[in-house]
This record gives sequence, C-alpha cells and structure tokens, in this order.
Amino acid sequence: MLRRIVLSPPVWISLIVVVAASTLPLYVSGYILGLLTIAYYFGVFSMAWDLLFGFANEVNFGPTFLIGLGAYTAGILDNLYQPPIFVCVAAGAFAAVTGGVVLALPALRMRGPYFGLMTLVAVLMLQNFVVVAAELTGGEIGLTVPDVISIDDKVNYWIALGFMTFSGAVLYGLSRSPVGLILQASGQDAVQAGALGFNLTKHKLAAFVVSAFFSGLAGALMVFYLGAASVGTFIDVTVGVQVIIGAVIGGRRTILGAAIGAVFLIAMGEALRPLGDLATFIVSGMALFVVLAFPGGLLGMVKGAREAT
Amino acid sequence: MLFWQILIAGFAISSLYALGATGFTLIFGVTGVLNLSHGAIMVAAAVAAWAASESLGVGSYLGAVFGVLTGLLLSLTTYFLVVGRLQKSRKIREEEKEIFILTATLLWGIMIQEAIAYLYTNNAKTVAPIVEGVVSILGVRTPANELFTAFVCWLTIGALWLFVNRTRVGKAVVAASMNPRGVTLLGIELSVVYVVVWAIYGALAGIAGVLLGMFFGVSSYSAGPLTASAFSIVVLGGLGSVYGTLIAAYVVGYLETLTAYLVSPAYRTIPALLLLVVVMYVRPRGLLGRR
Repeated sequence: MLRRIVLSPPVWISLIVVVAASTLPLYVSGYILGLLTIAYYFGVFSMAWDLLFGFANEVNFGPTFLIGLGAYTAGILDNLYQPPIFVCVAAGAFAAVTGGVVLALPALRMRGPYFGLMTLVAVLMLQNFVVVAAELTGGEIGLTVPDVISIDDKVNYWIALGFMTFSGAVLYGLSRSPVGLILQASGQDAVQAGALGFNLTKHKLAAFVVSAFFSGLAGALMVFYLGAASVGTFIDVTVGVQVIIGAVIGGRRTILGAAIGAVFLIAMGEALRPLGDLATFIVSGMALFVVLAFPGGLLGMVKGAREAT
Repeated sequence: MLFWQILIAGFAISSLYALGATGFTLIFGVTGVLNLSHGAIMVAAAVAAWAASESLGVGSYLGAVFGVLTGLLLSLTTYFLVVGRLQKSRKIREEEKEIFILTATLLWGIMIQEAIAYLYTNNAKTVAPIVEGVVSILGVRTPANELFTAFVCWLTIGALWLFVNRTRVGKAVVAASMNPRGVTLLGIELSVVYVVVWAIYGALAGIAGVLLGMFFGVSSYSAGPLTASAFSIVVLGGLGSVYGTLIAAYVVGYLETLTAYLVSPAYRTIPALLLLVVVMYVRPRGLLGRR
C-alpha cells in the first residue's frame, strides 16, 4: 500500500518539482524568492482547504478564520512576551485547532449552505474582534512583531518550501488513506456512508482539525516571515476567496493541485499587477471558466487527458 | 423621542433588508440556488442608476429605471452564463452541484464587483434620491426618502405577493418550489419557470440596490457584506420561507439600529451576528424553516 503511494506518478513528479524548486535561490532574484515564499504559504492554505471541500464536500468559507487565529495568536504572543519563535508558532497552531473544534462541533451538525454560512460568520466575528480589541491586536492598522524567522531571503524561501512539502505529504497521504476514502464517501452519499457504520461526524471533525492545524501553522509562520499581521493579509474574506480560487483552479480533490493552483494564482496576480483592478477581474474570470468548463481543475484536465488516451 | 426615532429609522432600513432578502430566498426556494453574487448585483444596479443620472443626466427617475434594468439583465446573465450551465452540466455529479454553484456565483460576484471598481472606482456613490425634503412625524424629523424607501419596498413585496398568488405564472412558480417534477408532468416547461424566477429576482435585487444607493450610498466594497447580510437574514428566517425572511429582516434591522443608536455605530453588525450564531446552534433550520 505504502509502496504504491510512494511510487505513484503524482508523488515522484512532485518530488522532482520540489528538488528543482529548492535550487531556485541559486539563480533567481530575491524579489521572485519573496513572491514564491508567500505563494508557498498560500499553497498550504489551499491544500488544507481542499481536504474539507474536495473530500468531505463541505464548503468552508472561513479558511481565514483558522489562518487568522494562528497568525494573530502567534503575533500577539511574540509582541507581549517574546518567547522563542517556535513557541509562538506552536501556540498559533494550537489556537487554530482549538478554534476549529469550537467552530466545527456545532457547525458540522449542519449541512451544505448552513455550514458555509457558519464559517463565514466566524470570519466576520474574528474580523470585528480584531478591529475592536485594537490595543491587543493593532486593530485596522495591523500588528508588528519584533522577531522574524530570518532576514535572509533564501532561508525564508527554503523554510516555506520545506513546510509546503511536509504539509503536502501529510495531507496527500491522509487523503489517500482509509480516512480519506471515508471522507470522500461521506461527501458523495452521507446516508449510505453512515449506514455502512462509519462515524461521519468524527471523520469530518478530524479533517477539520487537520485542516485547522496546517492553516494555523502556515498563518503563524507567515507572520514571522512578513514581520507583521493585518486584517487585510490574514483575515479578510477576500483572502479566503483567494485560497478557495487557488484550490478550485488547481483541481478539487487532488490536494497537490491546490498547491499548484495557489502558486499559479499568486504568480498571475503579480504578473497582472500593472492592470490594477482588472487583475482580480481576469483571475476570477479564469477561475470561473475553469469551474464551468473543467470542473476537475488543472490537474483534473491532465488526469482526463491521460484517461482518454 | 429617541424611541420614535429608532422606530422610524429602523422601519425604513428593515423594509430595505426585507426586499433585498426576499429575492434571495425566492431563488433558493424555487431553484435551490444560493446566489452569492447577490450583493454584487445590487451594487451594480445602484451604480448604474448613479452613473445614468449623474453622467448621462437623465434625472433620478430614469436613472432608477436604468438601475433596475441593469439588475434584471445581470440576474439573467447570471442564470444563462453561470448557474444554468452548471445545473445542466453532465461533468459534475448531482450531489456536488450545490457547492459548484456556490463557488461559481462567488467568483461571478467578484467579477462584477471588480468590473465596477475598474469602471467607476472604489469610491462610495450616493444615488440622487427621487423624493427630497424632510417630513416631521411624531416630532421626529425624518427624511422623506426614508419613507419613500419603506413605501416602495412594501409596494414591491405586495406586488410579488399578488403575482405569486393571483396569476397563472405565479402559481406555476410556487408549484415548482413544491414539486418540480409535478410541474413538468402538468406540461409546464420548468426552464421557463426558472427564467421567470430569475427575472423577478433581478427586478427585486435591482430595486433594492437602487433604493440602497439612495439611502446609504454604495461602493464596490459593499458587495460582500451585502451578500453576507442577505444570507444571514434568510438563514435566520429559515431558508426558502418568505414570511420567515420578512420577520428576520425586521429583527436584524431593528437590532442594528438599536445598537447604532444606543451603543455605538461601530458595533452595528455584531449583535445580529451573535443572534445568528445562537439561532443556528439552537434551531439550525431558522425561525420558520421547514426542514
């Protein structure tokens, strides 16, 4: 079983890509490295989101609730007491998991749109809280943290790449495991999957916790890369929409596709930046086109082409 | 004095919420679609009314008509370009269509929003009101526009009620919300019913958008919050239940007005969100929801 997973084409192709990407700092500029660092963190956000959307068939409109909890917990802790960075990051991940459980326990009793709305409301509440508790969180201006992981572009880049690889491996492995299959079954026919004796709520909760863990961890790490946290970069609904678009463009239910989609999205956004407001328009238009014409996303297209031949 | 002030101001805004959310719940009740581009369509209608009356100089009446037509047109575009295609798609499994429609309408809403931002910038725009001046009711100086807004909202909701209950097409729409297959068996083309519903929805969203533009002013940033508030009102009232939506609109409208007057305008939306969370925990189907 394990052997088959490790030797399957997606895995070794990804390994080659990661190895190639890790040599990038040797010949590209710091500007591109910085861009890719952010893109890799977004890749983790999208992959974590895909676990819920693609497999459990739950639309979580609140990925930024988990990301924001992780980012702000880590940032505030560092601001107040300056413990070692890894303590802050761990606290951020822990806060995201706790918040995720508090949100998911009642929300998972609801189906489809209700679940989506609950997660959306969670984001709006967190956003309100950050703005209202301005002394602690910096409010609308944002929070500056005294420490950063490293001031070297290359080190930051390698950390982000390593983190994305690690998260991708865990999430991909999970999605191919029996747990992933049960999640998929519950997404396709909840009644039948339940009748087969699987505790769906438990599995979905587990998926939510894993998703929250990686989102929070990535959020916390990103704070120490940027050296600052603000509502606009971590919590705002538009950030969540970007995470969602990334996962949808890349290919639903593929995990790896979500990372590709997110990196593609950040690169596109940067390339189209001279167009101003039109950039978002074009990117959303492309995502909509993918949803309408190729529901499987970029990876789904590749898969479809391979199956057709 | 303060009591009457809150009562009157809250009434106008609640009526506006009611109108905005009615279209949203209608679409869900009949076609099962949660249209996340709702806010963007409302904003587009308001901005179109503003652009027509300001830059083309056609006056506020024609401008409002132009705005409503824009809402109607965008709603039909949403159906033919996005939702209808997904509903008919063979590549997507039935049980997954719901989340695909959610994602697609979300993206479509962002496209509308960004197009507005590109063409008319992000600045807030206030549509020139049709009725001007101030009226004094029970000692409260009320802008006539507020009364006009409440009046038009109820007139529209009344017209919708008449249409649904007293006309043949309207009855077909209700029947389609109860049992789509039965309607088909009676020889009514379901896709025609859907087009009718989307057209009604567009007109409702257009009117609500234009009124909102006169009342508060809108910018492309309002699209997301507008969708969120319509969504929460509709869920609070019970998805698909029009009466529930009307009640919920008044609950949310007055809660916001009370908070804004008595506590601080900055906390305006928080109590309504908390109420929504409580209702969802205690009674997930909403106030008057069927399931």
